[in-house]
Amino acid sequence: MTYEREAHAGEIHGYGADGHAAHHPGFVTRWLFSTNHKDIGTLYLIFAVCAGVIGGAFSVAMRIQLMHPDNHFITDHQIYNVLITAHGLIMIFFTVMPAMIGGFGNWFVPLMIGSPDMAFPRMNNISFWLLVPAFALLLGSAFVGEGPGVGWTLYPPLSGPVGMPGPAVDMTIFSIHLAGASSIMGAINFITTIFNMRAPGMTLHKMPLFVWSILVTAFLLLLSLPVLAGAITMLLTDRNFGTSFFNPAGGGDPVLFLNLFWFFGHPEVYILILPGFGMISQVVSTFSKKPIFGYLGMVYAMVAIGVIGFVVWAHHMFTTGISIDTRAYFTAATMVIAVPTGVKIFSWIATTWGGSIEFKTPMLFAMGFIFLFTIGGVTGVVLANAGVDFALHNTYYVVAHFHYVLSLGAVFSIFAGFYYWIGKMSGRQYNETLGKIHFWTTFIGVNLTFFPMHFLGLAGMPRRIADYPDAFAGWNFIASIGAYISYAATLLFVFIVLQTLIAGKRVGANYWGEGATTLEWKLPSPPPFHSYDELPVIA
Amino acid sequence: MMRLTGLLTKKQAGRALLIVGLAVLLSGVIVSVAWAEAPRPWELGMQPPATPVKDRLNAFHNELLVIICLIAGFVMALLLYVIIRFNHRRNPVPSHISHNPVIEVIWTVVPVLILVIIAIPSFKLMYYMDRVPNPDMTIKVTGHQWYWSYEYPDQKNLAFDSNIIQNANLKPGQLRLLDVDNPLVVPIHTSIRVLVTSTDVIHSWFIPPFGVQEYAIIGRLNESWFNVDRVGTYYGECNQICGLNHAFMPIKIIAISKPDFQKWLASAQKKFAQTDTHGAALRVAALSAPAGN
Ligand code: HEM
Ligand SMILES: [Cu+2]
Ligand SMILES: [Cu+2]
Repeated sequence: MTYEREAHAGEIHGYGADGHAAHHPGFVTRWLFSTNHKDIGTLYLIFAVCAGVIGGAFSVAMRIQLMHPDNHFITDHQIYNVLITAHGLIMIFFTVMPAMIGGFGNWFVPLMIGSPDMAFPRMNNISFWLLVPAFALLLGSAFVGEGPGVGWTLYPPLSGPVGMPGPAVDMTIFSIHLAGASSIMGAINFITTIFNMRAPGMTLHKMPLFVWSILVTAFLLLLSLPVLAGAITMLLTDRNFGTSFFNPAGGGDPVLFLNLFWFFGHPEVYILILPGFGMISQVVSTFSKKPIFGYLGMVYAMVAIGVIGFVVWAHHMFTTGISIDTRAYFTAATMVIAVPTGVKIFSWIATTWGGSIEFKTPMLFAMGFIFLFTIGGVTGVVLANAGVDFALHNTYYVVAHFHYVLSLGAVFSIFAGFYYWIGKMSGRQYNETLGKIHFWTTFIGVNLTFFPMHFLGLAGMPRRIADYPDAFAGWNFIASIGAYISYAATLLFVFIVLQTLIAGKRVGANYWGEGATTLEWKLPSPPPFHSYDELPVIA
Repeated sequence: MMRLTGLLTKKQAGRALLIVGLAVLLSGVIVSVAWAEAPRPWELGMQPPATPVKDRLNAFHNELLVIICLIAGFVMALLLYVIIRFNHRRNPVPSHISHNPVIEVIWTVVPVLILVIIAIPSFKLMYYMDRVPNPDMTIKVTGHQWYWSYEYPDQKNLAFDSNIIQNANLKPGQLRLLDVDNPLVVPIHTSIRVLVTSTDVIHSWFIPPFGVQEYAIIGRLNESWFNVDRVGTYYGECNQICGLNHAFMPIKIIAISKPDFQKWLASAQKKFAQTDTHGAALRVAALSAPAGN
């Protein structure tokens, strides 16, 4: 509130008058001690790309091992198990979340609501810098003791003192603690910023959908991560101080951990996709040159997904021996989520309907997103049926499902966001031809990789195995080929990033034209260090 | 291929594509009707059912498959239409419609109806699968790192371990990573209650052709059941990551006629009389008490 009043008086930052270049801090102050949301967003994006390249390399190692049955690329299967654990945790905590929330969220939430910065710039800084030791701990854990070969779900007793006695799992737990603290601080920052620092006239119901998506995501983070932190802390004391929260010999129960984990875990999967929903909405509207169809429906669909997302967790636990009535409830609740999800899909299509669509790279990724996310969504509805899940749980069908919503959903939306905003962020535009090549190779690669996994899962191939019965050889071979193509596409992406930053054509404020209507397009590209000298007033 | 497409007209090519597409969509349904005991190369659908549970599960899954293919196909068709019709070259001036209450209500209500249509058979299946009221026989399954042990508490506590056959020791015809030294042997047409537990980490006893999957958790006794339709050999694998040799603890089940089962019992009781050294009988009695009904 005070901000807004000050803003009217035109004294929001003292340097306003001396022009922008004058007060650029030096390299160390700017990048290590940065409190500027755009610089922190850039740091997050760089971090996410690096983590993604590493996490992707791990998945390629897994696919090399799985390319043929009885393969000996990885002889020690514990190493394979460490790879799947690291891959899952890296992609979730160190790639998708930093890119979407830390990266695009930091960059564009303040710009889109006409705020000078985030509410707590120093906390923003520590949110980012906590990720670095967290990532170091996770990578380091692979090299101590036997490594954390437990899967990203960390189920005890395998992750307990007897299952994994070495220090690796402890390091993994600390890594998640740090990443969690980082995300909780980020969430507090976003909630405060969005509630208190909107420019005059920017009512909640005028906020761009991307901002809404970050707001809902921030609430999910704030409410779910403490539960995960509690669960892994109990695991830590079980491992080191003789408690027995998850050990039946001392009156504990492994299933308690599963309940706590998934109480976090299911909201987490929506944390991974909601910002993507937001970005897709911006992109679809821009390239169709039309306002979002059914804006309010879109907003409340996201809110509904966030709320229902908290009461469906045990659909990950149908085969753990939970009672039949519990299964019935969680089946019903899970299917309900499909309704707001459907509203989003159809609203995006309706947004394009009647539009004048230009298929630039961001729009290609957005259209790809809509279709592939639909496939992931409908297989989710299949898995929601407890009866069918008894034949599919923990098989490659589940792997296919969550990669269609994540690798082909969340990641496509990140690419869409990147191509959409890179010109704004860097002042230089990507090369359209290269962008299109990147889209098509990724599209072909990921579908080759993940579509056959449906067949493998239906036929009964378990996930998280380093070798499989010979009958599964065919589709696994195809999936591996697809993975190589996808990774090649990812390396091409890294090249495109560098090429853009070094040699991209300079662009003006609004290089997408009439369709791009949110506030960031009113600022020069890149926006000045302190975006707004005077807060914009939204009519 | 190249020459073929060259010979076809555009229309024919379109029709061919449509047929191929439909064939791919439907093959999941068709393949699961064919008969096989182990997973087969290039399998597209569920393994054929060997129990009434899996029979109903497959039937329901086939219904679901049709529904989700229709939904995905519908969305794809809409997208393709939009891509062609509302391309900026064909439609240079965008409309500015952003509301239509009727259509918004439709795309909320119709999915609800579809879900209700799904939910009814889904709940029927779920409750049918849950328990068998009067089992003829009980088997206790215990997961260990990294093998299974089986006990027949009703058959003089017959008990034995079931270990994978290492690659080097495979005999011709045995399946790599699926065959075991001592398979579980069960009679057909018998309602068998399965009690599943573990002595260490979580494992999962998963038999795709039976529609049976149950976590094996230390300190808990989970219940499932099956009733095998026909004589045959069936395979499954441990389905929950359980450490180093997670990929190497398969499940093999041989279903035989009731008389053959009695013969097998007699010989098995002799064969395994010596090997049961870990007091399995006592453990069964203690653990199965709470689950009995
Ligand atoms: C229509 C909406 C969705 C429904 C009905 C749905 C349903 C399910 C169900 C029932 C499972 C458990 C399957 C099993 O383990 O047997 C599952 C697993 C999973 N889903 Fe979804 N889902 C939906 C959307 C999403 C989205 C949007 C994401 C993330 C972007 C996601 C990510 C995951 C992940 C990561 C798993 C596997 C977790 C693991 O076991 O490691 N799902 N989903
Ligand atoms: Cu879930
Ligand atoms: Cu196991």
